[in-house]
Amino acid sequence: MTLAATAAGLVPGTAHLAAESRGFLSPTGVEIAFLLVGLVTLGAAVVTVTTRQLVHAALWLVVALGGLAVEYLLLTAEFIAWVQVLIYVGSVVVLLLFGLMLTRAPIGPSPDADSGNRWAALAVAVASAAALVWVVVDAFRATWMDLEGAPSGTTEVTGASLFQHWVLPFEALSVLLLAALVGAIVLSRKAKAASRAGAGAREGAPSPAGASPAGTAGEPTQPDTESPADKEGDR
Amino acid sequence: MHLAYPAVLSALLFCTGLYGVLARRNAILVLMSVELMLNAVNLNLVAFDAWLSRAALDTLHSGQALTLFTIAIAAAEIGIGLAIVLAVYRNRGTAHIDKLRDTAEGHEPDGPGGDAHGSDASAIPAAGEKAEATA
Amino acid sequence: MTTTTLAVLVPLLPFLGAIAGLLVGRTAPGFVRPLAVLPTLASLALAATVAARQGGDRAVEAATELTPTGSVPIDLALFIDGFAALTAVLVGVVAGCVQIYSTGYLRDDPRYPSYAALVSLFTSAMLLVVYSGDLMVLLVGWEVMGICSYFLVGHYWETPEARAASLKAFLVTKLGDVPFLIGLFALAADAGSFRITRILGAVANGGIEHPTLIALLLLAGVAGKSAQFPLHTWLPDAMAGPTPVSALIHAATMVAAGVYFVARLLPLFEASQAAMTVLAVMAAVTMTGSALAALAQDDIKRVLAYSTIGQLGYMTGALAVADRGAAVFHLLSHGAFKALLFLAAGVIIHAAGTNSLAAMSRMSGLRHRVPDAYWTMTVALLALAAIPPFAGFFSKEAVLGVAEHVVTGTGDSGAPAAAGWIVLLAGLVTALLTAAYAMRLWLLAFRGHGAEAPDHGRQPLAMTTVLWVLAVPSIALGGLAFRTLPDWFDGHDLGPTLTTSVLGTGLAVAGGIVTYAAWRHTGTRAAGVPLGAVAAHPQGDAARVEAEAIATHGPAYGDVAQAPDPADPGRLLLGPLHRHAAVGFHLDAVYSALFVRPVRAGASLVSFLDREVVETYVRGAGALPRWLGAAVRGAQTGNVQTYVSALFAGTVVLAVAVVLVATGA
Repeated sequence: MTLAATAAGLVPGTAHLAAESRGFLSPTGVEIAFLLVGLVTLGAAVVTVTTRQLVHAALWLVVALGGLAVEYLLLTAEFIAWVQVLIYVGSVVVLLLFGLMLTRAPIGPSPDADSGNRWAALAVAVASAAALVWVVVDAFRATWMDLEGAPSGTTEVTGASLFQHWVLPFEALSVLLLAALVGAIVLSRKAKAASRAGAGAREGAPSPAGASPAGTAGEPTQPDTESPADKEGDR
Repeated sequence: MHLAYPAVLSALLFCTGLYGVLARRNAILVLMSVELMLNAVNLNLVAFDAWLSRAALDTLHSGQALTLFTIAIAAAEIGIGLAIVLAVYRNRGTAHIDKLRDTAEGHEPDGPGGDAHGSDASAIPAAGEKAEATA
Repeated sequence: MTTTTLAVLVPLLPFLGAIAGLLVGRTAPGFVRPLAVLPTLASLALAATVAARQGGDRAVEAATELTPTGSVPIDLALFIDGFAALTAVLVGVVAGCVQIYSTGYLRDDPRYPSYAALVSLFTSAMLLVVYSGDLMVLLVGWEVMGICSYFLVGHYWETPEARAASLKAFLVTKLGDVPFLIGLFALAADAGSFRITRILGAVANGGIEHPTLIALLLLAGVAGKSAQFPLHTWLPDAMAGPTPVSALIHAATMVAAGVYFVARLLPLFEASQAAMTVLAVMAAVTMTGSALAALAQDDIKRVLAYSTIGQLGYMTGALAVADRGAAVFHLLSHGAFKALLFLAAGVIIHAAGTNSLAAMSRMSGLRHRVPDAYWTMTVALLALAAIPPFAGFFSKEAVLGVAEHVVTGTGDSGAPAAAGWIVLLAGLVTALLTAAYAMRLWLLAFRGHGAEAPDHGRQPLAMTTVLWVLAVPSIALGGLAFRTLPDWFDGHDLGPTLTTSVLGTGLAVAGGIVTYAAWRHTGTRAAGVPLGAVAAHPQGDAARVEAEAIATHGPAYGDVAQAPDPADPGRLLLGPLHRHAAVGFHLDAVYSALFVRPVRAGASLVSFLDREVVETYVRGAGALPRWLGAAVRGAQTGNVQTYVSALFAGTVVLAVAVVLVATGA
């Protein structure tokens, strides 16, 4: 097919010939491992987006992200795998759990976790999955990647590449992170000030409604400041 | 290893995340789903890097570098996103995305019914209308 | 200056005066009166000079083509023969008198500047009609008069009568003007020119192919302008305007234009026997009917209005027997005494505080309050009744004499004998009736019994002087002019003939005596039926008194035209006919049934169709986008997830389509 030919055209002739020599349904050990971990990852992801218990969703997300980290390892990208574990599992999910708590997410099943848009969402998701899988399989079903030899994703290789070829984007990214840090703080502060001023102007009597946001207002700055700090530390 | 395995897994993960983004009411669950989508993209990047760097077509390790960048940006995004969600929750008393319909045609702000925030939320449009009347 | 230059200045001066008056009227009120009076008087002097220079000799002609205008050229042309010269002098005299009179009559009127400017414009338009040698240019003046009459008749637009009357005057004359315009085009198409001289030349050479059609079309316009049956109904209603305007319209300008137009193109009408007969019938019906109606009117101005229609009937009668000399002679003398009658009536209305003859007949001593008006009006009424030696006698006898010539066959004109008989008989009957209503008017106005007339002080000098100025031609014009006028006109003898003089004068005297007898008979009843509503502001200027009198006549007496007065000699004389004569023989009701109601029905049909049919389509056309809009609006729920779902769905569709196209599947 054309897509396959287009993809095959990307690789030089030798790799092409090597791919030709292997069948699609002749899995190696790595492939089986990848498949099994992939199934677990996908299952955890599906549970994440379908479960009615919000905290469970966050925990299943940990499983999915951890599974992905294993997949990175299988693809010989070990540095990225550890970064994945540190940032995602270590900080992002914690951040999300904080968020859930601060928005008073109910413990236990909440029947209104899915919106009325569910079936349309399912249709769109299935349709795009079908389209993507069809295209991807059609294009890469015979493409072989050689994972033997020296691992390409060690910390040394990655660091060398990052600080040789990608220095400028890296520095730009640090500026971006700084901006995000400042932005998160400003957003929280501003919201708090507006909320207090608005509450004071709106109603003279302090109602429970006015009190509860005011009580939570001080806290979200902590995870905000915490998360960029984590990442800076990671790098 | 065949490239098709990580590619298909990535596609499926992406669509799972897509479903979550479209179907979840809670904004934080939507953010989780966004994370899933980003990770699917990361997996794709890593897989193609593994393929192309061995095939000597790409010596810059651009796939892995971009994955790192994506992870960093995703972390920033989740921080900002959670700040926004919390701000919205403080103001509106809800983190449900389908309650935030201020841009709807013929929008009539409806307070989140019954709970303690009802008086608070219904006071906002009243104040807004008063401001419009005096303007 | 050459005669041509002078002649051009004659219509131009009042026009410039009107423009200047309109421009400075609000900012410099002190200039308004000079700007109104002086151009008119100057134009009178110039018209007199032109007449003296022309002297009844060969016509003064001048023409210049402003620009090529297609197949039939339109020239700025002058054509001044004896008719034009003398008519212009008459117009100047009457307009000058009216302007001077108006300065007193509308002394306190806030709208005097625009009023005076419009009168000047009116005068200018009439002078243009008189001097123009090109029918298109003539039409310009003709139509300007129409619109000016609309504004002037509606001067008291606060009153509903004036508004209705101005609209009616405009619409009825326009009704005649449409066929008039078509007739002009047909005439120009046949003759190849709008120039009067060329058209008359074509008529003489037999170059007009459809003389009857053209003549009848033109007659429609003439009937509208000159208030001939059946388009005369606007004229009595036009009495809702100020009295000087009535004098101007009735004596010299608007109504004279139609007669003057026919006189100019008489050879064209003579080419069609049918048109002449129609003209004769029109004249006969007009003069007898209007005389009967005049006998039944209560409003003093409406009496005069109907008398104007009748006298115009004499003029068209003279034209119907193909003697324009007699017609224009009567036009001149009638212009003088009718202007006098109206202006005197204005003075009387001011003094009496009412325009109702019934109310005046219950006042004594009115003639002592306004002696100038009393004497001049007596003179004018005698002239109107054609009592020798006043002006009306000679001009009216000229008409009757010509008719007699046609009947006896001694004349040299080409008019049909039937037309002669019609005009002669109708003229004699009308002579009787004219004397009767003139006598009635005089008796009721000046010989009333009852309470003393209120004293409003002396009338303004500007108003009374003018009366005496106009009284001179009313007395002397006929006797002095009938020998010299033929030199100015076509050369026909205009002297009275014995038979018609005796008959006409005898009938007039008889009419007067009978009316006097009837008045003696009924006058005793006047005391039993008190009537009389007088103006609430007797100290106001004459225009205000008149406006109030017109506005209160209907509420006070039940009708604008008549009053339930058993002491009215006209009621006794007319008997059962009085009821019909008072409302103009129901012609307005007939028009209402024939035209107004069908038009209204058609209008309501159209509005129904518009509302129910056309608007249905419009609404239908609007409904589809509205439904589409509602459908699209329904999609805008404000739910971000819905939007993103649609976005992704579209993206997937597009991506699949792109892939399919790219792979050629």
